[in-house]
Parts: sequence; structure tokens; C-alpha cells
Amino acid sequence: MAFPQPRPQVPQLPQHLLRTIECQQGAVRAVRFNADGNYVLTCGSDKSLKLWSVSRGTLLKTYTGHGYEVLDVDSSYDNSQLCSCSSDKTVILWDVASGQVTRKLRGHAGKVNCVQFNEEATVMLSGSIDGTVRCWDTRSRRYEPIQILDEARDGISSLKVSEHELLIGSVDGRVRLYDLRMGQLHVDFIGSPITCVCFSRDGQCTLSSSLDSTVRLLDKSSGEMLGEYSGHVNKGYKLDCCLSDKDTHVLSCSEDGHVYFWDLVEGSLTLKLPVGKAVVQSLSFHPTEPRLLTAMEGHVQVWGAEPEDTAKLSSVC
Amino acid sequence: NMASDEESDEDFVSYGTPLEPLEEDEPIRKPVPVHEQTVKDEKGRYKRFHGAFTGGFSAGYFNTVGSQEGWTPSTFVSSRQQKADRQNARPEDFMDEEDFSEHGIAPREIVTTDDFASERKDQLKDKARAVSSLAALIPGDTGLLEELIAPARSSIGVELLRKMGWKDGQGVGPRLKRKQRKQNDDAVQVYGCAFPPNASEESEDDDEFAPENVTFAPKDVVPVDFTPKVDSHGLGYRGLNPLQALGGGSESGHINLFTLQSDRTTSLFGDRNSRRQRRGGIGGQAFGVGAMEEEDTDIYHKDSMSNYDTVLGGEEPGDGLYGWTAPQQYTRKKNDSKRDVTYLGRILDGFTLASEVTEIKTVYPPPDLPRDYRPVHYFRPVVDSSTVSPIVAQALLTSRGHLSQEAPQQGRHSLGSSQRRDMLGETPLQGNHIPLEVLRLFKTVDRAAVVASAKAAALRALSSPWSGPTADASKTFKPFAKNSQKQARYDLYINKLKQGDKDALESSLDSSMTEWERGRERDEFVRAAVLYKPSNSSLSSRFTRSKHEDDTDSVEVTRDQENDVDDKQAAVKMKMFGKLTRERFEWHPDKLLCKRFNVPDPYPGSSTVGMPKVKRDKYSVFNFLSIMDSSQVSREAPSAPKPPGSSSTLPHLTPEVSSKKSRWDIPGQVSEPKDPLSAFLSETRSEVLVAKQIEQKTEEEEKEEDEEEVRPPMDLFKAIFASSSDEKSSSSSEDDSEEEEEVAPSTSEPIQSSAETLNPPVSAQITPAPDIMVPQKFIFH
Repeated sequence: MAFPQPRPQVPQLPQHLLRTIECQQGAVRAVRFNADGNYVLTCGSDKSLKLWSVSRGTLLKTYTGHGYEVLDVDSSYDNSQLCSCSSDKTVILWDVASGQVTRKLRGHAGKVNCVQFNEEATVMLSGSIDGTVRCWDTRSRRYEPIQILDEARDGISSLKVSEHELLIGSVDGRVRLYDLRMGQLHVDFIGSPITCVCFSRDGQCTLSSSLDSTVRLLDKSSGEMLGEYSGHVNKGYKLDCCLSDKDTHVLSCSEDGHVYFWDLVEGSLTLKLPVGKAVVQSLSFHPTEPRLLTAMEGHVQVWGAEPEDTAKLSSVC
Repeated sequence: NMASDEESDEDFVSYGTPLEPLEEDEPIRKPVPVHEQTVKDEKGRYKRFHGAFTGGFSAGYFNTVGSQEGWTPSTFVSSRQQKADRQNARPEDFMDEEDFSEHGIAPREIVTTDDFASERKDQLKDKARAVSSLAALIPGDTGLLEELIAPARSSIGVELLRKMGWKDGQGVGPRLKRKQRKQNDDAVQVYGCAFPPNASEESEDDDEFAPENVTFAPKDVVPVDFTPKVDSHGLGYRGLNPLQALGGGSESGHINLFTLQSDRTTSLFGDRNSRRQRRGGIGGQAFGVGAMEEEDTDIYHKDSMSNYDTVLGGEEPGDGLYGWTAPQQYTRKKNDSKRDVTYLGRILDGFTLASEVTEIKTVYPPPDLPRDYRPVHYFRPVVDSSTVSPIVAQALLTSRGHLSQEAPQQGRHSLGSSQRRDMLGETPLQGNHIPLEVLRLFKTVDRAAVVASAKAAALRALSSPWSGPTADASKTFKPFAKNSQKQARYDLYINKLKQGDKDALESSLDSSMTEWERGRERDEFVRAAVLYKPSNSSLSSRFTRSKHEDDTDSVEVTRDQENDVDDKQAAVKMKMFGKLTRERFEWHPDKLLCKRFNVPDPYPGSSTVGMPKVKRDKYSVFNFLSIMDSSQVSREAPSAPKPPGSSSTLPHLTPEVSSKKSRWDIPGQVSEPKDPLSAFLSETRSEVLVAKQIEQKTEEEEKEEDEEEVRPPMDLFKAIFASSSDEKSSSSSEDDSEEEEEVAPSTSEPIQSSAETLNPPVSAQITPAPDIMVPQKFIFH
């Protein structure tokens, strides 16, 4: 006799503040988990890039080398390399352990908004305000990009990379999906300037937030809209959105100091997490656990599903 | 080194060691690099350089003044027990070993002791003595007392000579008989500085009383001073001795910078008798005259005549050389005495007068000037008014007035016959009328020619940028502006020349002029034409045509254009995401990118990267047409989905006529001509309605719609517009823009007409309707 199927566990939302990290690097432009979610990377407006431990909240390393504020960062799958982009129009490939600049890539005509490794960290993709996405080779010593994707008619605000696809959101109100395997470009017209795009974890959907204060979940293959999430405020800032670890919820930053949680299927607002009074600039969801990072002004907050008594105290470094 | 040449061996004496013979093939030795240039001490240990200001190389015991035992020198002996042995410490006791070496501060060398040294004056000692003499008790005394007290010392050599029987004043050598000595003199062959011939024979020749059996000692001979010349003074010049000049000066107050040989030899031998008493210290009235002192008479140096030669050739017979051989000319002195005497000055040592007097250069007197010659010249600039540009001529005229003076001087030749006639006030000759009329005729012809040439020039200006100035030059460059008729003729000539007229020159000249005048003018014209031409060519030569003419007329355009945004906007409003908002394009990833992503290249054969591109005319109609086309495609898309990639093909007449028709016929659309949403609605939601509407159509409507359906294909558009645009594209860009404006409405006509009227005239699709403009269409392109 078969056991009755256990009830599916109610997805837990990271609504308890575990710790606050005062980054002391000016405004935190972006906060990112590393590939396995044990470390945090913060991009500061004081040109520095910092690596933190999530569990202890301590500063592990500071990476300096950018000429202007750092806007985005990504870590390679093996945590050996970092890539970051900055307003100084450069993309830097870092060696994590030594903190040295492995490669500094110039080529963008404007500030670089977003950067991503591909799955094997063989290519860095950077999207800039100049409307191009440049694919940089990390394997060769070439300082020219492999390819420049200049189809966008306005600045690139966000990009994500899956194993064979590039998802690029642009201010021209379009989400472009470059399929390398098919050799096709799918352009989804959203209308409003895109602030953030991301893949769902199952790789079937794309999520895009735009400046009309709406987050849309689109089917990747057909471009049909699966869900629309609104209620938050996103009118002027480049705010992040993401999906939770089990694709159950859609999260988005808001200009009213909250993080909004919507149920993915129903589209209803599940949680309105108060973070602070200012704009929640950036967020990052842990790849496997219900853990959330939010960046507001000069500090980063770590949120967990259940309260951690020991970590309640904010650690200042 | 001269072993091969025996004769030269005899002639030359070689000193020193010869240099190693150079070998051509030997590679040049590399210079020792700086880092290998090390300094070692005598034991071969490296010496570290401490910098010039910190003591140079390391010294002492580990760069200290101490020793291995510390500060105590190893040679220290307590003076307590050995007081008697205490020795005087010399400076050398405190010096390092290095200091005694060759390059040290006190090099040790072998020196002849005083006993063996010749009586050469020690310069250092002399100086010291001279300095001390200035402060001595008796002023001017240089060791007078010392000389009195000190015992006379003679060197070993003198002692030895004395022991051998030599006496002071005698020469050295075997004793000789009188005659023999004379013979010897004749027979002697002189090598270099071998043997002294006697130079003062005349004095000896006199004493004839010398007995036969008496031998004489050879004459004492003073050797020639062979001190090498080390200074850069002239020959015989000694330079000013500051001691002599300041410290009392010489005995007579006259400083003779040119020493005689005798003086030198005496000074060489340290003749102490020649030293007169000197006035020591600083003399003169500036220091006051003491009570016991007489007033110094010669405060300022007065030159006395005794310093100068007063007797002709009255030199003392012995020149102090006594016939020392080196200056061989002195032996011949007697023969040449007559010549030398003629020379009044003193002959420098080692010099004689030339045997042959150089020819005196004959100087010719200047020519006799005429009596009334006035040495004034007045320059008159020769300015030909015809060759100078009018501006220069004008400037000359105003500044100097030379030109006006020139005019009458140049005479009648510069004036034409008609000008002369005018000046004289003559009536024109009958025969001259015809040429004038011919000239007038010429002028009309000229005028036509000017028009023609202007046209040609304008044409050329369009084709080549540098023909423009050439055409203008004839207007700006007027070499004969003063003479209007001549200028007119010149212009005619230039114009004809431009047209390629071969006998342009002859035809443009005034036939009424004389042959001489014409010839003259011909020359002038040719010169003037050449003159202004090179300026053009030089200007054009500085510029080169660009090799790559940038193709401005065509531009790279991505082949697949995006669809109309309005539709999508509407779809977004409707939240109809999906096919309406999604577009698919062919996109070629870079091969390397595929490799890095571990993805097979989707287009293995193609070399294109990115979106496939096509070249199109920049201002072509079809760039704008394509918008319409693609928008049409998008409209067709929902009703009849095409396979992906087919959107790239240029639209032709689509089989889905019905769906299109239905759109035109929706009456609701008329009110909202610009709203594609309603159009879309009509398309998508009323499939059934379409069929109904088709049935409801009247016959004439159908006819019109047929006409509309038979909208001319793209080829026709191309045939019409492409040809015209090609034609005008060469002319100017303004034309192009005009063309755009004209063409643009027609391209957007179908949409417009469909929205506004149900039955638009077919002609309106092609003929431009300037009042209907759809500027929005261009924004997205």
C-alpha cells in the first residue's frame, strides 16, 4: 500500500531579517549571490567591489581597480573569477583569490550596466548604455569582443545568460532572446523600458520588469504572457526582479522601500516585505535556499525564511 | 716597423714599441658593459662604490678607520718604556697603501737624489722662496742670506769632471790642436744634434799667435734648450709672469715677453748674477710715502728708450747658441747675413728669412675719375604697368608716384594706336571703323562664349571641385585692367583658350593694330595666361582626390526590418502578448561564440555575423516602402501565419486578399485612421464578418478593390523611382531630399487612403499627394 503523498511543503518566504551589512562603499548599486550562494558580492559607488561571507557577514576581500562606480558583478561557476562592469566603460575580469585584475576590457562607448558570465565562464557578456552587448572571450588574450550584438536601439539595462541563450532587456522596450543553437533572435515587444530580465529556474519562462511598474512573465518559446504582476513602484530606477528558488514566487524591488512577493501562478501579492524607507535598489535570491539579499542605500540586508537568533544583531565591519 | 725598407731604416730612428698591426678581419671588441666594469683592489676583491661625496670607494677596515683590533693601530707601542725610540711621524705613516700607488695622492717614484741631480732649479722651491721673499725682512731678497751661509754644493757629475781634469769654463772632450779643430769643423757631418760646430769662429780666427804644439780644450758649449713647448702661446712668447709683473717687476720696468735665447739660457742655467735687486712688495704712492722714503718717481711705468734697439743690426755677436747644430741655418748665417740684415725686426728662434723673396703683389691704382663726377646714384624702379597687377600698380602710384613718371618715359610704344589717337584727339580713321565693328561683333560672340563657358564651367564645377576657380580666375585676374580694350581682348583670348580654340591668340587680337603691336600683345597675353595658370595648377596639385570615394548613396541596412510599432503597442495595451509582440529574425552568432557556448554553429556555411544585412540606397524610396511592407506582413501574420523567416521576403501580392479587404471595409476604422488596434481587431476577431462583407460589396467596389489589389508590384516602384533617383543623386543632395518629400507620401498612401476613403483613386498611390503627409512613418526608420 502506497503511502499517501505528502502535502507539498508550503513555500517559505525569506521574510526574516538575518543581518544587515554596512558595506561602507557608498551606495550599493548591486548585490549578488555568488554561484553557490555562500558569498555576497556588492558593487559600490566608491569604485570598489566587495566580497562578503553570508553566514558571518564579514568582509572577505575588496576589489579595487574600476575608475568609477561599479554597476554589476557576476561570479563564475567555480568561484575562481569575477567579472564586473562599471560606469568607467570597462569590464574587468578579476581573480577572486588574489584580487588582481586579470583583464580589463575597454570597448563600450558608455557606462556598462550589466555583465554576466556564460555557464562555463568562457565568455563574458556586457550590456552597455551604448546599446550594444559585447561578448568577451575570457580564454584568449584578445581585447576585442568576439561579437557585438547591436540590435538594440537604446541602452541595454539587463542581460542574463543560459546555456545557449542570451536574454537581453533594453531601454527601447524590447526583450531580445538570442538563441545560439537555433541562430535566431526573438524580439518581444514590451513597450516600456525594461529594467531587469531573468530566466525562470526551469528555463521555460522569462521575467521582465519595466518602467511601467509591471513585471511580466512571458513564455520563452512563444512570447505569450503567462503572468503580469503589479502593485509595486518602478518608474525611474533600474530595479531588479527575480524568481524565488523554487519558481513559486516573483520578486521585485520597489521604489517605496518594499520588496514585493507575488505568487507566480495566481499573480496575487503574497508579501510586501518592508526593507526600509529608501528605494530598494537591488536584490538577489539564493540559488537553492529561501534566502534573499536586498540592497538599499549603503547597506545590504540578508533575509531568511526563519529567524536566526544569533544573526539578529547587525554586524558592522 | 720599417724592416722591409732598408733605406728608410737608415733615415729614421724609431722610438717606443710599435702598435700592434691592425687586422681587418678581427671583430671589433665589444665594449665592456657598465655592470661589468668593476673596481677591484690589489688583492682582487671587489670594491664597492659609495658615491663620490661619501668617500668614493670603500676604504679602511670595512669602511672604517679602525682595524680588526678596534681603534688601536696594530703598530702602537706604548711610549712609556720607549721614550727614546720615539720617532717623528711622517705624513706617510698615516696614509693608506693605495695612496702610494701609481694613482694615489702621493705616488712613490724613483727620483734622483739631490746629489746626482743637475743644478736645475726646483720650481716649487723657487716659488716658495719668491713668496717668502715678499714677506722677508729685507724686501726683494730671495734667499740672499741663505746663499751666503749655505755651503756651495756641486753635483757628482761636476766632481767627476774635475777629477778628470776638467776646469770651469772649458769644454768637455779631448784636447785639440788649433788647425785640427778647424778641419774637424769642415769635415764634420751633422746628424741631428751631434756635434757642436763653432759659431764664434771670427773671434778665434784673429788670434794667429797660437803655437803649433799647444793643444786646446774644446770650447765650452751650452746646449740648446730642448724644453718641450707645452703652452699654447706663440713661438718665443713667454707669457706674463705674474710674479714679475706684480712683485716689483723687472729691473727696468719693461717686461720683455719675448726672451732672447741668451736670456733663456741664462735663466736655464740659473745665472744668479743676472738677478738684480728688486723692489719688493707693492710699491707706489697709493700706500703713502714714508718720512724716510723718497718719493717714488715712476709711479706709473715709464718706458725708457733703452729697451729698444737703437743700432741697426747691432746684435751681440754671440747669439748664445755657439753654433749648436740644431738650427742648421745658423751655420749659414754668415752667407745670409746680408739678407738678414735687411730685415729690421728680430728673427724668432728657429726661424730664418726666406731665401726667395715672394713677389710683391702689384696693386693697380684706381681709375681716374672725370673731374665733374658726382658719386651719387639714384635708383629708378622700372615698373611696367602692363606686367604688374593693378593693385600693385595702384600702390606704387600712391606711394611713390613712380609709375606716373614712367608713363611718359615708356613712350608711345606702350599705348595702342587707338589710345594714341584718343590722346591726340584725332577722329578715328575710316578704315578703323570696320575693325571696331568687328570687335563689337567679337564682343557679342564673346558674350555668347562667356555664357557657354559659364555653363561648361558650372558643369565642370559639379564634376570636379577644382575647375571652379579656373573659371572664376578670368574674372578676378585682370592683368590689363588699365586698358579696358586690351583687357577685353585678353578675356576673349582666355575664353577661347578654354574652349580649346587653337588660334585663340590670333583671333582675339585687334586686327587694326600694327604688326609690331600685335606681336607685342601676343607675347603679353601668352605670358599673362601662363602666369595665372600655374597658380591654379599649383593649388590643385596640393590636393589629391580621395581614393576611396565613400559611397554615400548606399547604406547597410539590416535585411529584416522590425514591424510597425503601433501594432505592437496596441497589442501590449490589449495584453495580447505572443505572436503580435514577438518577432523572429535570423541571427548569426559568431563561430567562436558558438564554440565557447558549446553549441554547434547553426549556420555552418555562412560567414555573416549578426543580422544579415543588405545594401540599400540611402535615400531610396524602398527603405520607406519596406516599413509599409513589413507592417502589412504583420497584419497578415495573425490570419495566415507564415513559416519563420518568410517575413524577410519582400511582400508580393498575398493570396489572403479577403482578410485585407475586410479591413478596408470596416466603417469604424474611418473615424480612427491611425489606430491599428481596431484594424487588428477587425482582422482577428471577425473571420465570419469578412465573408459577409465580401458578399455585401457592390460591383463597383469590387472593381476598385481589384484595382487596388493589382497594386503595382515592387518592381514597378523601382522602375519609376530608382531611375529618377539615380539620375539626380549625382547632382546634389538637395534634390534628394526634395525627392524624398515627394515620394514619401506615395509610399504611405495605401494606409492613408484606406483609412480615409473607401474608394481611393488608384493614381493616388503613385502620384504624390503633397497635402497628405505621414511623418510618423519616418520616425521609426
